[in-house]
Amino acid sequence: MGSGNYLLRKFAFALLTIFVVVIINFVLFRILPGDPVRAVIGRNVKISAEVQQSLREQFGLDKPVFPDQFLMTIRQWASGNLGVSWSLRRPVAEILISKLWNTLLLIGLGQILSIFFGVLLGLLAGWKRKTALDAGALTFSLIAWATPTFWLGIILLAAGSTWLGLPTGGILSPQNVGKPLHTVLPDLAVHLILPTLTLTILYLGEYMLIMRSSIVETLGEDYILTAKAKGLNQWQILWRHALKNAMLPIVTIIALNLGFTVSGAIYIETVFSYDGLGKLFQTALTKQDYPLLQGAFLLLAVSVILANMLADILYTILDPRVKAS
Amino acid sequence: MEAWQQLRRNFRELWQSFRGNRMGVIGLGLVISALIVAILAPWLTPYSPQQVMRDENGRGLTFAPPAVHPPLGTDDGGHDVWAQLVFGARISLTVGFLAGFIAMFVGSFLGILAGYFGGWLDNLLMRITDVLLVIPDLPLMLVLVATIRQMQLKISPITVLILVIGLLYWTSTARLVRSQVLSIKERQFVARARAIGAGHAHIIRKHILPQVMPLIVANTVLILSTAILIESGLAFLGLGDPTKPSWGTMLNFAFDRNAISNGAWWFYLPPGLAIVWVSLGCVLLGNVLEEMLNPRLSGHHLEGEAHIIKPGEQQ
Amino acid sequence: MSESTPLLSVRHLSTFFELSGNVKAYALEDVSFDVYPYQTLGLVGESGCGKSTTLMSILRLLPPNAHISGQVLFKGVDLLALSEEEMRAYRWKEIALIFQSAMNALNPVMRVDEQILEAILLHRLLPREQAWQRVQELLDLVGIAPQRGRQYPFQFSGGMRQRAMIAMALACSPSLLFADEPTTALDVMIQAQVLELLKNIQKRLGLAIVLVTHDLGVVAELCDQVVVLYGGKVAEYGSVDAIYNSPQHPYTQKLLEAFPDLHRPTASLASIPGTPPRLTDLPSGCRFEPRCFARLERCRHEPPALREVGEKHYAACHLLEEKENLLE
Repeated sequence: MGSGNYLLRKFAFALLTIFVVVIINFVLFRILPGDPVRAVIGRNVKISAEVQQSLREQFGLDKPVFPDQFLMTIRQWASGNLGVSWSLRRPVAEILISKLWNTLLLIGLGQILSIFFGVLLGLLAGWKRKTALDAGALTFSLIAWATPTFWLGIILLAAGSTWLGLPTGGILSPQNVGKPLHTVLPDLAVHLILPTLTLTILYLGEYMLIMRSSIVETLGEDYILTAKAKGLNQWQILWRHALKNAMLPIVTIIALNLGFTVSGAIYIETVFSYDGLGKLFQTALTKQDYPLLQGAFLLLAVSVILANMLADILYTILDPRVKAS
Repeated sequence: MEAWQQLRRNFRELWQSFRGNRMGVIGLGLVISALIVAILAPWLTPYSPQQVMRDENGRGLTFAPPAVHPPLGTDDGGHDVWAQLVFGARISLTVGFLAGFIAMFVGSFLGILAGYFGGWLDNLLMRITDVLLVIPDLPLMLVLVATIRQMQLKISPITVLILVIGLLYWTSTARLVRSQVLSIKERQFVARARAIGAGHAHIIRKHILPQVMPLIVANTVLILSTAILIESGLAFLGLGDPTKPSWGTMLNFAFDRNAISNGAWWFYLPPGLAIVWVSLGCVLLGNVLEEMLNPRLSGHHLEGEAHIIKPGEQQ
Repeated sequence: MSESTPLLSVRHLSTFFELSGNVKAYALEDVSFDVYPYQTLGLVGESGCGKSTTLMSILRLLPPNAHISGQVLFKGVDLLALSEEEMRAYRWKEIALIFQSAMNALNPVMRVDEQILEAILLHRLLPREQAWQRVQELLDLVGIAPQRGRQYPFQFSGGMRQRAMIAMALACSPSLLFADEPTTALDVMIQAQVLELLKNIQKRLGLAIVLVTHDLGVVAELCDQVVVLYGGKVAEYGSVDAIYNSPQHPYTQKLLEAFPDLHRPTASLASIPGTPPRLTDLPSGCRFEPRCFARLERCRHEPPALREVGEKHYAACHLLEEKENLLE
């Protein structure tokens, strides 16, 4: 089996998963009570019987649910047509794209910071096992794991706005909305502090735990003893022999964690009124805006699945064993 | 019943070494104290969570700090926070525990079937867990719960939460149990039992189950903490039952009704601390149990140098 | 250095491990032996008798719960008196080590040639260009096509990995090579090849080898001197001829009985009834007493001392003293 085969398998798996998500989305949409036309155009819009009939035909609702409606829906989704939001009266795809960058900025910053500090702390904790540093790091990560994301956000929001005068929410101060991006960067940064901090604290603990156990396991391997017998000092062993081996499992974990990161974004954007996909998801939920809810679900799920596939590809590049076996 | 007796002995031994583990005892203490509070709720407060507190002039006591209305003040509607907290424990723990147990049953059942029978069943199950693992769980649950509610079935919101959490979080248990069953199946006595004509149900009940039991217990404790955290999150996003507020619902109310800008810390701190209390307890307990069942390799090659005893040095 | 001065003199080497609950495991006690240039010394015994611990104690590669005492004189320098940093300069440059399982002893995500190169560059023996040259020569020496050095360990067969390990051990031209069961993990055919390679290399490069093995056939084929360890102590020590032809210690005799045919070097050690003592719970007298077929009353309480039984041939057994007394 070459690496081409491996990649092909990963690709097939991603396709399968996306297919499952599409089916879930389709089925959920269809089992909603009431006329599907209503589900598309909204509950309280008055339309005549003829318009309704022409819409039925336009959406293929006079045809059987499977395969005609299903295939049609897939075709629409694939072409980027996710329907129209009931509450915002705009195409769902358009709304999603307008919020996407804000969320990517938040998740990206949080991930980069938590991975960096988590891996670093985990490395130190595992290397200096059973020291005060290790015990402190372990305790921290357990408490971080047991803390609900949104509650930590609430605490930091209350503390940050009361004592540090940080903004209580949003992405920009009202007077800065609409100005060119480079002129409002400091304002943006100030607004990002608390949400990013919340995300970083929560995910840092997890990365730290994983890195810690990975480095402990790696440092117990025979080749580390070989390196020591060769006369390398601790730093040389850590840097040249342990780090790469210990980091490999982290790559997969980071990808799998993206799903949790999305959950985190929903909570944190809600708490900090941060104008991204997560907040949008929560709004759609409270307004029972189903086209928006399902469009957002589709986008989030497909992004996470694709990110996982990318991580698998990255893994093959990093680990020679996968590449050649 | 030999294997079951062995199991009972194992549990006794486990308990012996468990008692010496500080982290584990703390975890158990946290969980049990929360359970006691939930059970004794009506005796711990003179008020009901719905009752509106009034001052001597008959005006509603809204956002009264603990100093004015001990022990934990009142919320925006003048309800006693402590009463909500202890009654909320009942809801949070019920949802957490029931969802956790559903996940455990489904996961163990499927894990044992997949591990024991193997073949296409195993393949199918593993693919399903793979798929569930990459689909982001919170969005999926939110969409599911929202749709089920919209269908106006006659199920209480709390039951919906229990079912959705329970039926989505069985995958890790299933994987764990499966791999354990696979390794048990390799061992001698299963082959021997097979050879003397024991049926599958008999082998599973008498030989497999007693051996995976400790692992299932440890894993269930960890699942419990996940279930409690997820419940609080869904309730915070407004999917709880407003008439039966859990800790998460309390936080939803506190957040929506501006407890933060009103400085009503007594409204938003206690429910969160309660959630941390229980889930931390479960995590500590579960980690210690897992470590005891499955002691990981300890020690590595960079922990330091051997001690060289110089001539004349005392040993 | 003349052939009569030892390259390595181990004197009264003792190692114990501090375990949890204040328990001490006495892994080595009062072990002494000499290794001469160009010679091979075999360390034999059942597993858990302290063979590997001896090597690791000398190289000071044991974990921090290990406590080592005694003297390890290498070219006249006591290795146990050096600082950790000074000790690092000796590792691999002077004393290299081959492990039992080369699969695990090589870094899985580093190219084989880079792992060899690393040792040469670390000890600053050659500039980079020439060091690469040397890596190619080393691979060639152990019978690996130099271009295969660009591969990773998992792409090698078991025998090739052990050859690569040997090439790596020779990288700094050490004067002493420790080989810890170098062939145990390999299948029979490959075992013979690797042993042949070791023998050739010793002849060509003139190094001294300490070979840890439980395979007496290998000892007979490769070794000049033999140390028989039991329960962390030296049971018998002498030349390979002396040990094979007139074994003095009951344990050595049993070992040789259990391994009847020296011409079938591939047969492994058959078992002696009983198990080696637990290191946390050693017998107060002779450590072999519970399993010994010829035990005396005093063996239970009094540990026997090592006594000279022939030219440079030592054994630790009360029977020998009794015999001597009878003769007198």
